[in-house]
Amino acid sequence: MAEEKELNIQETQKQEVAKTGAERTRSRLAFVPRADIYETNEAIVLLADMPGVDETTLDITLENDVLTINGYVNTSYPEGYGLAYGEYRVGDYQRSFTLSDKINRDKIEATVKDGVLRLYLPKAEPSTRKIAVVAG
Amino acid sequence: MFGRTFWGTVDPWNEMERLRREMNRLFSSFPMFPELRVAPGYPAMNVWTNEEGAVVTAELPGIDPEELDISVIENTLTLSGERKPLELKEGEVYHRRERGYGKFTRSFQLPFNVDANNVQAVYEKGVLRINLPRAEADKPRKIAVKAA
Repeated sequence: MAEEKELNIQETQKQEVAKTGAERTRSRLAFVPRADIYETNEAIVLLADMPGVDETTLDITLENDVLTINGYVNTSYPEGYGLAYGEYRVGDYQRSFTLSDKINRDKIEATVKDGVLRLYLPKAEPSTRKIAVVAG
Repeated sequence: MFGRTFWGTVDPWNEMERLRREMNRLFSSFPMFPELRVAPGYPAMNVWTNEEGAVVTAELPGIDPEELDISVIENTLTLSGERKPLELKEGEVYHRRERGYGKFTRSFQLPFNVDANNVQAVYEKGVLRINLPRAEADKPRKIAVKAA
């Protein structure tokens, strides 16, 4: 269940991906994108903040029940300028979720706009169906 | 005075500090950001400068650029805007909620006066980039020395 707490936009520090288990092949910084997940009757919707990512640099896979999001950011620094003051670092994004509901894989929709990924994961039809009994 | 080779004239604490900084610089995974500051407000900003001006970048995912307000007065840049919360419909429940929302304002003082008429801002892929050219009157001038 969602915790009832006030979410503040003032949280500015990005969380780095913990270095456990398998390492990434690209020796770059990777951050855990902040995400919102909500459930409707028909689907699970995921929103993730991934500034610097667009549709060409996003990689989403669903294997078994594990949804993995990879976002690659092409770091481009202003040419001819030197960094005078730095508060944030630029890097890739990586995060995985285990989905509890069965998802209709063919109908997954992913869109990315203004650095926010929106994943629409429609639930699969329940496999147990109620069978109507008609009087004979 | 005494040379640096003479141990007595070197402050060991200063030396330790220097060494620590040197090590951090060497081993930092991101050597371009040797000392990252904690942003005192949202959004976190990076400021790039040269003699001609400055470039300020900020990560602001999911913001309507129309709602972004950027103003420049002399050497102060002010950035404000709002990220609207997501309204859930009846019957929809959150599993997880991490993305922040709300109003924000940040002011930043640059080391020079800005040519406010030529400030340009681009918002792309959730990243804001503001180009702040230095005011002509504020640019360093080279002074020719004439022979007497």
